[in-house]
Amino acid sequence: MYAMRLRATRHARLLQLTYDLLEPVFRRIEPLWRRIGYDRLEGPLAGLERWFKGPLFDCRMCGRCILSSTGMTCPMNCPKSIRNGPCGGVRPDGNCEIDTSMRCVWVEAWSGGRRMRDGVGEMRLVQEPSDHSLSGTSAWLRHFRERVPIGPGGESLRS
Amino acid sequence: MSLHPVAEWSRYPIPPGYSSGGRFERVLRSRRFAVTAELNPPDSADPEDTYRAALVLSEVCDAINATDASGANCHMSSMGICALLTRAGYSPVLQISCRDRNRIAIQGDVLGAAAMGVDNILCLTGDGVQTGDQPAAKPVFDLDSISLLQTIRTLRDESRFLSGREISVPPRVFIGAAANPFAPPYEWRPLRLAKKIEAGAQFVQTQYCFDIPMLDRFMQQVRDLGLHERCFILVGVGPLASARAARWIRANVPGVHIPDSVIARLEGAADQRLEGKKICIELIQQIHEIEGVKGVHVMAYRQEETVSEIIRASGVLKNRARLASSPAAAQR
Repeated sequence: MYAMRLRATRHARLLQLTYDLLEPVFRRIEPLWRRIGYDRLEGPLAGLERWFKGPLFDCRMCGRCILSSTGMTCPMNCPKSIRNGPCGGVRPDGNCEIDTSMRCVWVEAWSGGRRMRDGVGEMRLVQEPSDHSLSGTSAWLRHFRERVPIGPGGESLRS
Repeated sequence: MSLHPVAEWSRYPIPPGYSSGGRFERVLRSRRFAVTAELNPPDSADPEDTYRAALVLSEVCDAINATDASGANCHMSSMGICALLTRAGYSPVLQISCRDRNRIAIQGDVLGAAAMGVDNILCLTGDGVQTGDQPAAKPVFDLDSISLLQTIRTLRDESRFLSGREISVPPRVFIGAAANPFAPPYEWRPLRLAKKIEAGAQFVQTQYCFDIPMLDRFMQQVRDLGLHERCFILVGVGPLASARAARWIRANVPGVHIPDSVIARLEGAADQRLEGKKICIELIQQIHEIEGVKGVHVMAYRQEETVSEIIRASGVLKNRARLASSPAAAQR
């Protein structure tokens, strides 16, 4: 999982391109989802999202995805769950101050962000605190429901 | 005559364009080189332990930082220390870490602190519980340093809680953050400072500096981005007791960078403790000359007397009259 997560960051640009292709398709079938009913879809979609994003990003299902603003690195893997990182304790080799065997999530985010189109610009945005009441829910579905453009992890791209 | 004199005198008139009524902000805005120092919280319930340390520091600094279980080690709380210090007339910097309290507790603490007369708040993410003496504790981290900055600014400037509920009298506080120019990813550090300023930081106190060329590179980028004009930057310094202590800190305290040259200089000295003090004094003098740096923040574990000697010897206070007859006059 950890190796996969690092790989996702290394291929941040590719993931961004994949998203660019898939996003219009998902948007087109949105009326279908509405007809089925969002509440009915929540369970299966959350499961699908966990199955897909779990292995790829070590996704923690925070329910409010910000992957496109974090170089395709899930910030919830930071032991301090910092959504506006990195903290000041990063080791000289770029590893985490708490889990020294792990690369700092935000050092990885920085390298991923630089590979993406406007990734660094996105990383400059101040992120709101997590909404813990959304934990475990589908970020994809939430953003379709709100009918705003979404990013690869289901994050809002509306500025 | 108010029944509660403390609350009464703590509400000094706030000049236009100022966020707080405190000495620290006044010193910075009047373009004087500011000095702050960290008060090491006692492992006791005796107020005298706090007052003894504060008295020494108050003679040489513009504000005293009350640390919030730094290094995730248990001590007297920053709120407790601030309650004692404001009662005696000091204007401390309340440090708030996101490690131990959620947004409900923190917002309440900010109102309580401001009511006691705290003028300055430093927003920190905090060290992980694993680094301290209570590794079995539950880490909270509901907010991070940047969302904490934004939260306190919302309380102050919009007179409302994060929920939107109104606050009748907002906390008039000067808001600060930490910065570490000495940890990777180096090229991201100035941008992260920009993000903190964006979120509400009006001053920053950095991690220990032992490497002037590295600080110079950081400050160059900071000046290129114009950040030194949007925020008061105080650089952290502290004396190293010996080469052995320096090695231990480098290996065990996350985020502290000590170059080999500093350790070699300590090793070559006859009196390592004295050499450590000398290095610290020289660092303060060099930092004083860097464009865009507005002060120093001195940290030394349980060595208040040494801190005082270092600040006096550095000469950065010039001829500022600061020895006052009472602690209240010294800080207000």
